[in-house]
Amino acid sequence: MPTTRRQFLNLAGGMTVAGTVPIVTLRPLQATPAMLNAAIRNVVGEAQLRSGRIRLDIPPLVENGNTVPMTVSVASPMTADDHVKSIHVFNEKNPQPNIGNFYLGPSAGRAQVSTRIRLADTQKVVAIARLSDDTFWQVAADVVVTLAACTEEMN
Amino acid sequence: MAALINVPSKARRGDIIEIRTLTSHIMETGFRHTADGKLVPRDIITSFICRYNGAEIFRADLFPAIAANPYLSFFTVAKESGKFEFEWIGDNGYSSTASASITVG
Amino acid sequence: MISWRAIAAAILLVTAPALLAGEIPSDARRSGYAFMGPDTRAMQDDDTANPGMLFVLDGEQLWKKKTGSADRACADCHGDARTSMKGVAARYPAFDKDLGRPVTLDQRINLCRDNHQQATPLPYESRDLLALSAFVGHQSRSSPITAGDDPQLKPFVDQGRGLFMQREGQLNLACTNCHDDNFDKRLAGAPITQGQPTGYPLYRLEWQTLGSLERRLRSCMSGVRAQAYDYGSPELVALELYLMSRARGLPMETPAVRP
Repeated sequence: MPTTRRQFLNLAGGMTVAGTVPIVTLRPLQATPAMLNAAIRNVVGEAQLRSGRIRLDIPPLVENGNTVPMTVSVASPMTADDHVKSIHVFNEKNPQPNIGNFYLGPSAGRAQVSTRIRLADTQKVVAIARLSDDTFWQVAADVVVTLAACTEEMN
Repeated sequence: MAALINVPSKARRGDIIEIRTLTSHIMETGFRHTADGKLVPRDIITSFICRYNGAEIFRADLFPAIAANPYLSFFTVAKESGKFEFEWIGDNGYSSTASASITVG
Repeated sequence: MISWRAIAAAILLVTAPALLAGEIPSDARRSGYAFMGPDTRAMQDDDTANPGMLFVLDGEQLWKKKTGSADRACADCHGDARTSMKGVAARYPAFDKDLGRPVTLDQRINLCRDNHQQATPLPYESRDLLALSAFVGHQSRSSPITAGDDPQLKPFVDQGRGLFMQREGQLNLACTNCHDDNFDKRLAGAPITQGQPTGYPLYRLEWQTLGSLERRLRSCMSGVRAQAYDYGSPELVALELYLMSRARGLPMETPAVRP
């Protein structure tokens, strides 16, 4: 295909894709571990974070960070006296540390939530469960995000 | 635009059933810029609610880190026949609803 | 066992249509599905989890909706798509007698709009066009690809093959350099596939939306730093046709999910 230098410069300077907004991916607004901690403290307050009971299923190596399947489950009888009130998911390096808050109750029967999330980079994902006795349980997973070989966006 | 709801049409009383929802939404993060430097404004679904015969059984706050076309799966105990109602609320006055019915024997 | 395999292979060699140099034999052709991880496969396999199905549902509504000054719906001529459209997408791009050239499924939809509905064409990559082609394509799920079998298409398949083999862009790479010669290897951590277009329009996680084969081809061209052909250009249509003929026999997966 004849591609002149001028055409290439045009392409590099203003590549557009029909049907989409031309996007430049910028990453100056990365959340920091301090922001992650602040977001977590915002939910749990001064309560102690315990390990165990909660499980986070997320692929350790994902094919594309734009759509990462994720399941959080908590070992709980889900009775009126002993159930999960909420599940909170956070990340370390997206522009914002929050991913989602999920509120459930004894009528759920099973304390399990799945969704699909965005991860801007290889990073840690943290899930926290709040139980009916107001204890907080935490689990973390490291996820390696593969960068796509050919993207339409100019980085 | 479409939403995909997956609820079993029949269940036995006391069964724990899975509810899956998938809805059309771009979930624009508000952190992206166009090639000429303009910020693309945030446009996301911020909240999702599921009601079972009028009573809220599940609610979620969503953030820009939720992927486009949000997918949610959660559980509930089948207690009586009736209707599940789903509601998505978002930026710029976005609101959409869907429903599914269940027969509990 | 071994001898049976040898016999099977021998039969295949005799009966398979003559392959051109460098082409992937039909028994070695693999959909991009085979190159994906289990999580992405699971997303495609379950219709209630496959985000491409949102577009199929929209397309079903559009199929039934009267439009244009003829106030006619697709269904008014074609009836129930489950029977009338079964296997249709598997033979596109197809030869159009009036135009004397192949047209893509997207172009066919717009020709229908123009000729029979008196409606304005839907822009390439618009939600409505993707939804309609996803809905029509979905009716061919599991049908084997047969595009390019029409002998009138031969010069256009050849043109597409020429483009597939031609180096281009600042990286000076041809499609064949990756997708015939180096599939199963990796590029920047992502597996290189055979480039078999079995599931278009498909939901690409990278795009976070449904997109056409033309969009995918254009993004490959940008990847090798070449200027991409315009949507609907004869070159892209020829490439699409060649790719479909190169995938002959593979089952359709529309709407597929890919990373």
